[in-house]
Amino acid sequence: MGNIVEIKHLTKNFTDKEKNVKALDDINLEIKEGSFVSIIGGSGCGKSTMLRIIGGLETEYDGEVLVGGENVTAPSRDKGFIFQDHRLLPWLTVKENIRFSLPDSQKKNDELIKEYLSLVGLSNFENAYPKQLSGGMSQRVAIARALANKPKILLLDEPFGALDAITKVNLQEELLKIWKKENITMIIVTHDIDEAVYLGQKVVVMTPRPGRIKDIHTVNLGTVRVRTGELFTAARDEIYKEFFKESELPFSYSI
Amino acid sequence: MEKKKKKGFGYWLLYFALPVIILAVWEGYSFAGKLKPYALPAPEKILKTTVEYIQNGQLFTNIGVSVLLVLEGFFLAFFVAFTVGICVTVFPKFDTFTDLIIQILKPIPPIAWIPLAILWFGIGQDSKIFIIFIGAVFPIFLNTVDGVRNIDKKYFELAKVYEAPKSQLIKKIIIPGALPSIMTGVRLGVGNAWVSVVAAEMIGATKGVGYMLSNGRSLSRPDIVILGMLLVGIFGKLMDDLLRWLRKKLIKWN
Repeated sequence: MGNIVEIKHLTKNFTDKEKNVKALDDINLEIKEGSFVSIIGGSGCGKSTMLRIIGGLETEYDGEVLVGGENVTAPSRDKGFIFQDHRLLPWLTVKENIRFSLPDSQKKNDELIKEYLSLVGLSNFENAYPKQLSGGMSQRVAIARALANKPKILLLDEPFGALDAITKVNLQEELLKIWKKENITMIIVTHDIDEAVYLGQKVVVMTPRPGRIKDIHTVNLGTVRVRTGELFTAARDEIYKEFFKESELPFSYSI
Repeated sequence: MEKKKKKGFGYWLLYFALPVIILAVWEGYSFAGKLKPYALPAPEKILKTTVEYIQNGQLFTNIGVSVLLVLEGFFLAFFVAFTVGICVTVFPKFDTFTDLIIQILKPIPPIAWIPLAILWFGIGQDSKIFIIFIGAVFPIFLNTVDGVRNIDKKYFELAKVYEAPKSQLIKKIIIPGALPSIMTGVRLGVGNAWVSVVAAEMIGATKGVGYMLSNGRSLSRPDIVILGMLLVGIFGKLMDDLLRWLRKKLIKWN
């Protein structure tokens, strides 16, 4: 399969109080269709900015960004975007939140809404208001909302950053299942090394000031992904080494 | 979620205690002959006048006329304030175009418009509706605009991701997002409308609660004046209660 995302010489400058900050410096990246890619880096490395550019939410940059072979000029339903906050409209029920996102031709398609709510395991909550849902449930609705629009690519901007550890693990599992089932390209931005390694087939490591790609790791967790065991520990250690010197490496072992 | 506590006997005792104390002191002073009846008549005199006004139908006629005027003026104001308020927020150029005139008209109190209103619309109901309109339109307008401007920007970003057209944006994000603030504006607007109707009726009218006040003054009947004032107070409170109830029904998601 070809590349769904192609980034060539992407540079992005922010001007902050007359000071020029280089958020992204000459980024080159290709992402294969159907793959799952993690982008990891400390704060200020431009990882979110890069994702927002791919999603069409930031449109001022130098260089070339192609999604599906076309220049990105605006956000669209093809490029599903999951924000860190679930961003459900508080005044609409779960069902109506999904309906709001759909194109006119699908606005009355209740079956579609039901299908995607059941995909994220929330069939019984279609008439609930967002405030009645937990953080994890809300984020699932946000995922269902994005997927119901049948995007070519799903961009996730620290989607589980605000969730507790256990909910986070559950949602990561579900996201992987959905990825396999829907056969859709996913790019996740995270600052959590475990998350990056567990989810991504590739992990793009970025460094700040200016935002650059330092390295791209291919993760091999075998056919069945597990978060324990030697393969996972080895892959994780490799990423740790990108951020910490050998002497600073936290002591780790696998049970 | 907060549990609804049943209000007990103690609550209601405290709630009505102050009015009862005021009535008792008032009654005591007038019984002792310390109050001049032509300045402040005894409570039972006001009660008698109330019964008389109920029996001859004047109470309901006067209140009815004023309430109808308030409703007419208010709905006109709401329609204009809401429409212009949404337009101002959706079309920045329209905002620039109208801003100065709105800023200058806003501080002029409704009563200042009475002379012009009479010249333009005569002393009939139309001039009063105009005064009420002026009184109600600005709080509704300002709160509508404020409400829209305070909607979290992230929802507009969401609308872009899902390619929502402007009509959807207005229906599903702008109006519901601004609704709490709009309802605050409506409450202030109705309050102002009620204040304006009394002012307008005191100047030139043959019916209405404002007329009761000016009529009572010219007849040297403080009982009629006080009855009129009480009616304004009580109906003002009832309208506000109704709006609070409406707000709860409309804003279910909070």
